[in-house]
Amino acid sequence: MATTVTRPETKFGKRVRRQEDPRLITGTATYLDDLKVPGMHHACIVRSPHGAARIKSISTTAAAAMPGVAAIFTGADIKNLGPVPTAASLPGLRVPHHHLLAQDRVYFVGHPVAVVVATDRYLARDAADAVEVDYEPLPAVTDPEKAIAPGAPPVHPEWPDNVAFNFHQEGGDIAQAFRDAEVVVRQRITSQRLIPTAMETRGVVAEWRAGEKSLTLHSSTQIPHLLRTLVAGILGMPEHLLRVITPEVGGGFGSKLNVYAEEALMAFIARQIHHPVKWVESRRENFTTTIHGRGHVDYFELAAKRDGTMLGLKLKLIQDIGAYHQLLTAAIPTLSVLMMPGLYRFKNISADIVGAFTNCVATDAYRGAGRPEATHGIERMVDLLAAELKMDPAELRLKNFVQPEEFPFPTATGLAYDSGDYAKPFRKALAQVDYTKLRQEQEEARKAGRLMGIGISTYGEICAMGPSIALPAGGWESATVKIEPTGKVTVLTGASPHGQGEETTFAQIVADELGVDMNDVLVVHGDTAVVQYGIGTFGSRGTAVGGSALYCALQTLKEKLNKFGAMLLKSDNVSLIGGQCVDAKTGKSVTFADMAVAAYHAKQLPPDTQPGLVATHFWEPPNFTFPFGAHIVVTDVDRDTGEIAIRRYVCVDDIGKIINPLIVDGQIHGGVAQGLGQALYENAVYDDNGQLMTGELTDYALPKAHHMPYIESSHTETPSPVNPLGVKGVGEAGTIGCSPAVVNSVVDALAPFGVKHIDMPLTPEKVWNLIQQGGRA
Amino acid sequence: MKRQISVTINGKPYSHEVEPRLLLIHYLREVAGLTGPHIGCETSICGACTVMLDGKAVKSCTMFAVQADGRNVLTIEGLAQNGTLDPLQEAFWNEHALQCGYCTPGMIMTAKQLLADNPSPTEQEIRHGLEGNLCRCTGYQHIVNAVKSAAAKAGA
Repeated sequence: MATTVTRPETKFGKRVRRQEDPRLITGTATYLDDLKVPGMHHACIVRSPHGAARIKSISTTAAAAMPGVAAIFTGADIKNLGPVPTAASLPGLRVPHHHLLAQDRVYFVGHPVAVVVATDRYLARDAADAVEVDYEPLPAVTDPEKAIAPGAPPVHPEWPDNVAFNFHQEGGDIAQAFRDAEVVVRQRITSQRLIPTAMETRGVVAEWRAGEKSLTLHSSTQIPHLLRTLVAGILGMPEHLLRVITPEVGGGFGSKLNVYAEEALMAFIARQIHHPVKWVESRRENFTTTIHGRGHVDYFELAAKRDGTMLGLKLKLIQDIGAYHQLLTAAIPTLSVLMMPGLYRFKNISADIVGAFTNCVATDAYRGAGRPEATHGIERMVDLLAAELKMDPAELRLKNFVQPEEFPFPTATGLAYDSGDYAKPFRKALAQVDYTKLRQEQEEARKAGRLMGIGISTYGEICAMGPSIALPAGGWESATVKIEPTGKVTVLTGASPHGQGEETTFAQIVADELGVDMNDVLVVHGDTAVVQYGIGTFGSRGTAVGGSALYCALQTLKEKLNKFGAMLLKSDNVSLIGGQCVDAKTGKSVTFADMAVAAYHAKQLPPDTQPGLVATHFWEPPNFTFPFGAHIVVTDVDRDTGEIAIRRYVCVDDIGKIINPLIVDGQIHGGVAQGLGQALYENAVYDDNGQLMTGELTDYALPKAHHMPYIESSHTETPSPVNPLGVKGVGEAGTIGCSPAVVNSVVDALAPFGVKHIDMPLTPEKVWNLIQQGGRA
Repeated sequence: MKRQISVTINGKPYSHEVEPRLLLIHYLREVAGLTGPHIGCETSICGACTVMLDGKAVKSCTMFAVQADGRNVLTIEGLAQNGTLDPLQEAFWNEHALQCGYCTPGMIMTAKQLLADNPSPTEQEIRHGLEGNLCRCTGYQHIVNAVKSAAAKAGA
């Protein structure tokens, strides 16, 4: 027994480099397509080249005779399997039956029609090309506003109005707010369809064990447990005979927060052919068949007093649904509605959503999921109001913020904002750019004929999804902590990180709580046979919800460790310090390993204590968390070319307590890049026939290194009272804060031409045309 | 008709009969078993498949395995020497230049080429040097920092 104990340096708040990186920087990680299973076959999917068509006939005869072909499946083969599920439930929601393979009609380009299975990837592709499908093309509609206008071609013949649902939400007294208004600003604002573009496309390997009647499904997913439950449902097999494993996942951004036809199809096929089968999505398939994000047409009306007091906000939101619902499709725009008050005090809102079926792939959760769209609208409307009132946009925001003493703040949309000091990060950002001086500089620039813009966005978001009441399949998260007999620690988390770095963040939490070395902590995730049920990683919940579960499990284990420590030290006054249990009176201590051995050898046990050192906690969050922040963007617009140069990008994000600032920086940068992509470059364009014109990375403009400005990122830290770690979540902050700041900056630059609004993406062509027209557009 | 090819990969000889249409990336990943280089787009835009061919960074998704016959390939797996990470690998780790890690092997190989051509690049030169490689996670800032830091260490 030692007598001196030093408390190790805490890891919470430290820039610790990541535990997961060694395998990733040496090319030794295992992603889905790296898996090889003996006897593995390869699937290639025949997909619709039409946006809308009737299938007159399918001939697989020629394909079936091709070398290496093991089987071909068409719609008739899977007719009796369950549909691709949707978990969104809204009153009156119209849910078309989403078969795994098309039946007699196709509804979007990329709609799966047949699957060819062969012994080799190339042979499967050869044979897929030989499947003959005779289509009768039908009129298509791809624009959501046109889709719900009279006379549009029906996407689903049973619902000729193309309306998937109507949804209304109101809070406060919106009619009174507009009666009291001295000024009303109105604007149509779009958030264009985006393609999430995880660098790793989707992929599945399915293995059937005939003897055990069990199936192992490897899938590049964000939600292994939910996937297991739902695929078992589609196949009609017992859930516990299905095992889902997520290998290393190469990015998700919401696009892998779903249950896709191919996941169930491969499971079905493996069982049919008695061979393992692999399917890996091509980039074109990824663009045409993995969910898209955004797809909003929003009509906003903001009511205010002449002194700038905002009174109420109305929204008519047309959500482009696509042809089918995926897992959360219809729920996403309802998140936009929840966000409508932003950081502001006004208590009156009204929102009407129309979900519009189109002959496009489904929209669903893409980083931010409904919240960037809302924030973009609100922050644009605040600027429009500032312009109308000839008020400084910074002053207008400060005037309307919820104040620090008002938390928890009940919003007009039924939420309770957890904690905040909205002026704090904003004032920090204003000071950092020297806002007053910038405005003077802008005046000079304008006199000299240069186009300089200053754009602000002060955003809030809803994170740490979420209380179970708000999520269809529950919003808790689970953690099991196992101290092994040698004192090594294994964490099983129900979260499913895929780049967010929780293997490190969680090891930091464990190191601090148990006093062990981070390198002695292994964080395991993404295997339903190993990890207790979990919900997954999305909605900025991994650390805020999953980390809280871990923290609670650790407290249980610490209590138990203390009992063993007290027993070994024969003392009733002990505490855990730096991985040791110390007797407060004598200073004597026992090590972590001593306690672990005692717990497992169990020669002697403390009263009412079981052997072993394992604890599981399912953490149910009492509320969402509400991060906030301010982004300020300074742009220079070239009046000859319409090109936009970002001179400065300053963001101050308050995401609650920060566990690993290095990882947090990375999340902010990546989030901003996706927001900037929307603001300036990205756009998923369908033509009127339903062809995706941006169907490859050659045509879809993803930001590259030289497109990105240097991001000056810093923070304020307002702890969340909602969870024991005080964290709020950071995954989506950058994306949500970014796009309105960029667009506000460019609109500000073009203000001399009378420009009030520009829809994204702000292509040089669009900007140049506005300059040429002197703003008359 | 299959063709016999011999390729030196990461210093080791490989010899196989391959179909002329087999892409180099598929040869590396599925025949040679080196799954470090990844496939991200099949159109030579994303750069996840970048490897060195006779000391030059190439996108292995848009060349055939038979074109590598008799040549030297270096993949991410061959970068660390005797268990010691390449300075770029170390810098990517230190600077948190990766999140999901999918683009990382290609990004590091391109950065290697960049520093070989220009040992002390400016930030703008780094950004332009990396424009053939896409990353969806990091916003590139930490990648740029990593390349800067590796260059500074090499120059020190």
